[in-house]
Amino acid sequence: MDYADELISNYEHPHNKGKISGADAKFHEFNPVCGDDLTLYLKVRGGKVEDVKFDGTGCAISIASASMLTDEIKGKKLSEIESMNFEKLKEIIGIDPGPVRLKCATLSLKALKKAVFLYEHKKVDSETEKL
Amino acid sequence: MPFNVEAIRADFPILQTKMAGKQLVYLDSAATSQKPKVVIEAIRDYYVRYNANIHRGIYELSEKATEAYIQSKEKAARLINADGIENIVYTRNATESLNLVALTYAAQNVRKGDHILITEMEHHSNIVPWQLLANRNNATLDYIKVDVKTGMLDRNSLSECMEKGPVIVSITQASNVLGTINDVKVIAKDAHSHGAAVIVDGAQSIPHMKVDVKDIDCDFLAFSAHKMFGPTGLGVMYAKSDMLDKMEPLFGGGDMIMTVTLKSHTWNGLPWKFEAGTSNIEGGIAFGAAIDYLNGLGLAAIDRHEKSLTEYALKRLGEIEGVSTFGPDLKYVDKRVGLVAFSVGGVHAHDIAQVFNDNGIAIRAGHHCAMPLVREVLKRDSLARMSFYAYNTKEEIDKAVDAIEKVKKVFKVC
Ligand SMILES: Cc1ncc(COP(=O)(O)O)c(C=O)c1O
Repeated sequence: MDYADELISNYEHPHNKGKISGADAKFHEFNPVCGDDLTLYLKVRGGKVEDVKFDGTGCAISIASASMLTDEIKGKKLSEIESMNFEKLKEIIGIDPGPVRLKCATLSLKALKKAVFLYEHKKVDSETEKL
Repeated sequence: MPFNVEAIRADFPILQTKMAGKQLVYLDSAATSQKPKVVIEAIRDYYVRYNANIHRGIYELSEKATEAYIQSKEKAARLINADGIENIVYTRNATESLNLVALTYAAQNVRKGDHILITEMEHHSNIVPWQLLANRNNATLDYIKVDVKTGMLDRNSLSECMEKGPVIVSITQASNVLGTINDVKVIAKDAHSHGAAVIVDGAQSIPHMKVDVKDIDCDFLAFSAHKMFGPTGLGVMYAKSDMLDKMEPLFGGGDMIMTVTLKSHTWNGLPWKFEAGTSNIEGGIAFGAAIDYLNGLGLAAIDRHEKSLTEYALKRLGEIEGVSTFGPDLKYVDKRVGLVAFSVGGVHAHDIAQVFNDNGIAIRAGHHCAMPLVREVLKRDSLARMSFYAYNTKEEIDKAVDAIEKVKKVFKVC
């Protein structure tokens, strides 16, 4: 795996980093292997993502993918997020992280989807759990 | 005799492998060592020529397997200067050995309000069993502090903890993160004078230095075969005979009994009382071959070789701006085993390891199963670690240094 320039710049200067006070939903995810630790905050309006932020610490892959993912989903319908999968994430971050770093890359997507399910009072589906 | 690393490397087929398209540089022996041909062959030989269950068979194949298995215990006993095979209980790994002590001797002797003493530099395998036991038996778990500046145990903290009169003192002989060698002999003497039983985690020491259980006078010692040229799935719990005699077994079943009636049973002799069911026979036999190989190289020579690699690595890493190393400094290299944990600027250790991988270099990254030490004492999220064994060379450390320069470039660390 190569550290593409875009990935590195998103890691160095992550977008949407921080907290949202009075968020409509938030979800904390932890990757015990790397120690990546991420909380995702969501503000919803009319069934769409009005604002999203993430906070935490982690490796370049986890931070950069959180940065790019949060950029991508602003204004998106929650129903679209519900069906996002790993393939979609790879498109967004522009790399295939490979099996070892998979969990680093998917951490933010997992937190995001769980925040959405939580907001909608839905059960987290098994595909999300497996991310 | 000079230490002929090139000849040693030729004994390890895997060192010819490529990783990420590059010649493999294996700097992760503290996690598990590579295996020489003689060990791989010993496993094959057992299955091809004399596979049979041990102890019970009245036929030649079984006798041969039993003999090879018992010989391996004799070799393990000699390696650490134990009295004999009665002191050598085979387990799955060092972790199981430590748990076994916690679940037998300690569980049978720790009372409400008692103190159990460990250190802040333990591997999870020497923390969690004691947390579980302390919870179960309403005991208190104390930690000897690590002096972050020196990477060694804090003497004041040690004596304060001893004053509480612990009934169990369980300490690593060498830290898998700091590399620090603890003077377990002195600690054991102190602990015994307070009436404690002494357990030593030898997972990182036994593969790399000569250890004499009579000299250090520990009551128990735990280590794993896979970190010393041997197979996975085989560990040792050494214990003094009088300890083992007093202890109840944990598992019941075949082999650990003498007689069984509908009402009761009697126990087998040592060490078999603690080995219920069919053993890891191939593992035991391969471990015997590993100990032969280790002795052939000589622990003193391995130790010298690793010290010189550690010294070289500390020097070279010390010259790179933005790189920090952990554990005792260069002056105290004789107090270290062959591993160096390091960080590069604020780069996450997994990103460091990724760049190393892309250059064919295997290192470990993360909390190294020592979260309390890494997070709470050293205050880091994660660390990278290179570790050495008999087959490593200075040229490999040079390659690691080049990889660090690449990490700095990719992540713009100056
Ligand atoms: C200091 C120390 N103790 C115990 C262990 C546990 O060894 P195993 O996983 O073989 O049980 C390790 C392994 O990394 C270790 O470094």
